[in-house]
Amino acid sequence: MKDVTFGQYYPRDSFVHRLDPRMKFVFLIVYIVAIFVATNFYGIAACALVLAAVIVAARIPFGKVLRSIRGILVLLLFTALLNVLFVEGETVYAQWWIFVISKEGLLFAALLCVRLVLLVLCSSMLTFTTTPVALTDGVESLLTPLKWIRFPVHALALVMSIALRMIPVLMDEVDRIKNAQRARGADLDGGGLIKKIGTTIPILVPLVLSALRRAEELGDAMDARCYMGDKHRTKYKKLRFGWRDLVALLVGAALMTGVVLLRIYLPAPY
Amino acid sequence: MRIVAEHLSYTYNARSPFETAALRDVSLTIEEGEFFGIIGHTGSGKSTFLQHLNGLIRLPSSLKHAKKQKKGGAETVLRVGEFDLTDKKTDFRALRRNVGMVFQYPESQLFAETVREDVAYGLKNFSPDMSEGEKNDAVRAALEVVGLNYDALKDRSPFELSGGQKRRVAIAGVIVTRPEVLVLDEPAAGLDPLGKREIMELLHRLHREWCRTIVFVSHDMDEIADNCTHVAVFSEGTVRYVLPPRELFARADELAALGLDVPLTAKLCAALKEQGIAIDCDLTAEDFADKVLSFAREKGRIA
Repeated sequence: MKDVTFGQYYPRDSFVHRLDPRMKFVFLIVYIVAIFVATNFYGIAACALVLAAVIVAARIPFGKVLRSIRGILVLLLFTALLNVLFVEGETVYAQWWIFVISKEGLLFAALLCVRLVLLVLCSSMLTFTTTPVALTDGVESLLTPLKWIRFPVHALALVMSIALRMIPVLMDEVDRIKNAQRARGADLDGGGLIKKIGTTIPILVPLVLSALRRAEELGDAMDARCYMGDKHRTKYKKLRFGWRDLVALLVGAALMTGVVLLRIYLPAPY
Repeated sequence: MRIVAEHLSYTYNARSPFETAALRDVSLTIEEGEFFGIIGHTGSGKSTFLQHLNGLIRLPSSLKHAKKQKKGGAETVLRVGEFDLTDKKTDFRALRRNVGMVFQYPESQLFAETVREDVAYGLKNFSPDMSEGEKNDAVRAALEVVGLNYDALKDRSPFELSGGQKRRVAIAGVIVTRPEVLVLDEPAAGLDPLGKREIMELLHRLHREWCRTIVFVSHDMDEIADNCTHVAVFSEGTVRYVLPPRELFARADELAALGLDVPLTAKLCAALKEQGIAIDCDLTAEDFADKVLSFAREKGRIA
């Protein structure tokens, strides 16, 4: 259970960790757009290089980052397979019934997979280098314009931060409950689907009950401290845009420009 | 079943920034038939040690440690009765059947629709061949030994019981398979003084009638002084002392250095000693009261 890397903050004191979370969000969005604007391998290679530079600058081991692909491995294989078998092209290597394996199909599948991988890696870099609190502060700040149309931005940010905060708590809870039921002879580490369903109930029922209890207690605790949302509320940590953020902005802009130029001057899709 | 641990070490989240050594070279022997207490601060490794005892933690780092150490000499040993827990081929289900484990706030593991079903969960897992009649008899016996009425509670939902009753039902769910060793992590935590006393009485009843060996963690020094044959003091992942309570609490200063308290009786003895009155008691509340009374009688202060 502890191996789930999504949303797990990896503490380091690095360039990337110190960036303003808003900047990181913006960078992530720019990066994702760049991945999909890039239509040839040069563009994708540029994106990959930038990501590698980010990982190095964040001083997080590559293996740790790469592990976050595991979650989408099935999706990746499925996408690749579909594209290889169904995308038609000029250079056909093999053909059977409705399936076609062509050069274009292979290249397209490869491109799509690399895109997906970059997408996941870059997103997990955000959660690796940003604490949940900073993350929600960033979201709240970026969504401020929506307050003008009375959208409850603060409440949304609060819900998000509580949800993020509760992930590790509930994971620990699952571990505890699993251990307790294991001690009572539950065999949780194997068996087929039917057996798995049978062993889920003794874990799920206590888990849901404890989550509900926690939610109620948290609500009471907030009420007891007169929590009123964001009315008259100041921030303990103000977000500031510093020189590091300027560097990140420039890198993002350079990447975007580069990718667009590559698209214009090297229009050959592969 | 005798419990032997030698040179036992365990690290959580090894090779990551969250790496924490929970146990460092722990050696500890618990004899069969003991009522064994464990004290120590949060994070001192108590719970980690307990979870080793029925194989919920499986010694990966300890095993490597053992291989490394083999050249140097000291080898990791962890044995519960005839079960060798450093051996991967050990039958861990059989082990768990023999070592019952009551976690902190055990009532949070209740899940079934009726008390009967919940208590029978362990039986269903460990002895699938048991007939319904036998199961019901075992559940009845377990509920009765924890002081609950089988007929009144069997069809009720465990979630509508009181806190103390829930805890008893949860304990019944562990002892229903008649483990030889019962391990409890702060069984009295979060209960009122009366509830605490009732739980300690329950542990003694279990020790007499049900489980040969009892190992329990407590923060309450009075509980420890009143009940244990031996006490182990954990601190920062190591075992500092293993002594009978009387000898342990004579070292009040050393315990204070570890941030641990002594029982009320020990404090009273020390205070009386300052006044020149030496009371030689075994630090249980009863013995202390007896000795003070007989001292007072000797002096002719009371009849």
